[in-house]
Amino acid sequence: MADEETSGGEIENPGSSRRTFLKQSTALAALAVTPPAGITALGNGFPEKAAAYELLPLQVEINGTVQKLSIEPRVTLLDLLREQLGLTGTKKGCDHGQCGACTVHLDGQRINACLTLALTTEGSQVTTIEGLTKGDTLHPMQEAFIKHDGLQCGYCTPGQIMSAVACIREGHADSPDEVREYMSGNICRCGAYANIVNAIMDVKQGGAKV
Amino acid sequence: MNPFRYTRVTTPKAAIAAVIQEGGTYFLAGGTNLIDLVKREVILPEKLVDITKLPLATIEKTATGIRIGALAKNSAVADHALVQKQFPLLAMALNAGASAQLRNMATVGGNMMQRTRCSYFYDPSMPCNKRSPVQSGPDKGQPNGPAGCGAIGGFNRMHAIFGGSGKCIAVHPSDMCVALAALDARVNVAGPKGERTIPFTDFHRLPGDRPQNDNTLLPGELILSVDLPTNAFAEHSHYLKVRDRASYAFALVSVGVGLKMNENTIQEARLAMGGVAHKPWRLTEVEQFLQGQPATEVTFRQAATLAMKGAKGYGENDFKLTLAPNALIDALKTATKTA
Ligand SMILES: Cc1cc2nc3c(=O)[nH]c(=O)nc-3n(C[C@H](O)[C@H](O)[C@H](O)COP(=O)(O)OP(=O)(O)OC[C@H]3O[C@@H](n4cnc5c(N)ncnc54)[C@H](O)[C@@H]3O)c2cc1C
Ligand code: SF4
Ligand code: FES
Ligand code: FES
Repeated sequence: MADEETSGGEIENPGSSRRTFLKQSTALAALAVTPPAGITALGNGFPEKAAAYELLPLQVEINGTVQKLSIEPRVTLLDLLREQLGLTGTKKGCDHGQCGACTVHLDGQRINACLTLALTTEGSQVTTIEGLTKGDTLHPMQEAFIKHDGLQCGYCTPGQIMSAVACIREGHADSPDEVREYMSGNICRCGAYANIVNAIMDVKQGGAKV
Repeated sequence: MNPFRYTRVTTPKAAIAAVIQEGGTYFLAGGTNLIDLVKREVILPEKLVDITKLPLATIEKTATGIRIGALAKNSAVADHALVQKQFPLLAMALNAGASAQLRNMATVGGNMMQRTRCSYFYDPSMPCNKRSPVQSGPDKGQPNGPAGCGAIGGFNRMHAIFGGSGKCIAVHPSDMCVALAALDARVNVAGPKGERTIPFTDFHRLPGDRPQNDNTLLPGELILSVDLPTNAFAEHSHYLKVRDRASYAFALVSVGVGLKMNENTIQEARLAMGGVAHKPWRLTEVEQFLQGQPATEVTFRQAATLAMKGAKGYGENDFKLTLAPNALIDALKTATKTA
């Protein structure tokens, strides 16, 4: 929250791209709001300390491909997907389990990748939004989101779609009310909720295999 | 996130040994609370012991009821046929918590051990006796940020109305634990000195002058399972959760009710409230009062008055002094089907 406030007013900073600037200002904001613990860590030679932590092996199947990786213990599944494997379809909204933008399937169950330590997925199967599409053919839920305009900015959409697919598979999409309850872990700040519910009900009633 | 070391264990014994071997070591289950707290630097671990591969996820029938493994996922428990049939209160409470995604990750043991959502606790630049106990030490936790209690005299809308102390007025945020407290659950744990069983209502504690201790688990102890005894409350159970939005929010106040009825008479009652104290707030005195009473509005009002004995507001949470008794009356009406 503090990060947003600090960077919010200064996005037009000339001379650096918005993306770089956001990265820089987030780092600064993090420093500014970080309590004494963070400063202590820096004082203790934080980078050296971090480098001293060993990389551990991880074998996990992602979208059908077995990945043999070497990662730091503190890496979350979300950061592994986005930063190391380039699978940026999965979004980082809050990074604290509060928005659902990072929803992926772990062994068939929908979970929040931001609170999942990557090493705990050893031996598991992960499916992301990139793995939902079969070649050039969109998944029925992706088609339905387009048909029903289930998005505006689209930032929450990969998470919404992964969650929606699981919602039907779990058998929790029998009525619009049930869909609303079982989709409550996916926040949409554009407020596309009504169309998202319509898209899910359409797929459910159409009986397509999800 | 600050760096930490990681180890994966496959036996409870190895898990316990790893935790007692070195300070700053924590069990890692679903991670939905621990990883959040590590990211926020509320907890600064040296090492995490991944217990997710321990064989403690089964839900099974026993001679006296059911046994739920500490690593059973919240969603698996809520969806389990035995739980839905015999302990609907537990299924309702679980489904009222968090989101579908989080329930797929959260475990029973982790849910019991989750920390308060007090916003001062969550911000290491703010005073908090729970995060920064005055007396520190190996089993007391290390101070992290200023001591004091920001919530007393501060923003305390979510805070306790029962059992608070001058040191801390935080609430335990769990829904599941309200049901387990009402249903006479027992907790099986293993530690460096062997195994023991703790009645659920003695598992969590009031803050007193040690708010850093949420519960009575000893250093290195691992929760193995939770036992629920068979009961006659299935038909008249209800979990009512009052919150700021319809779903995906912590309780302001919640009520768990289980009743055994004979026609219109309450034969036996189990009652607990959430969002009101540092532990799930079991209402034994009210249960005794309800025994043998007719299921009428008058009875429920008397029960609610009795339940509120000793309640105390701290300013912003004064509304709970009205909300809690009303929620209790409402939950009793629904459970007795007299609404
Ligand atoms: C956005 C959000 C909303 C939420 N909403 C709700 C809600 O409405 N209602 C609700 O009740 N909860 C809610 N929660 C909390 C959630 O229920 C808990 O985070 C979850 O139950 C913790 O379980 P876990 O397995 O993920 O624990 P972890 O995060 O892995 O661990 C939590 C703690 O328990 C300890 N631990 C874990 N297992 C054991 C064991 N077997 N023995 C001893 N110690 C153990 C760990 O060392 C750690 O200290 C919410 C969480 C989030 C992030
Ligand atoms: S209520 Fe408890 S957790 Fe909250 S600030 Fe006070 S001491 Fe800390
Ligand atoms: S980024 Fe994971 S829930 Fe918001
Ligand atoms: S479409 Fe913009 S956040 Fe949902």
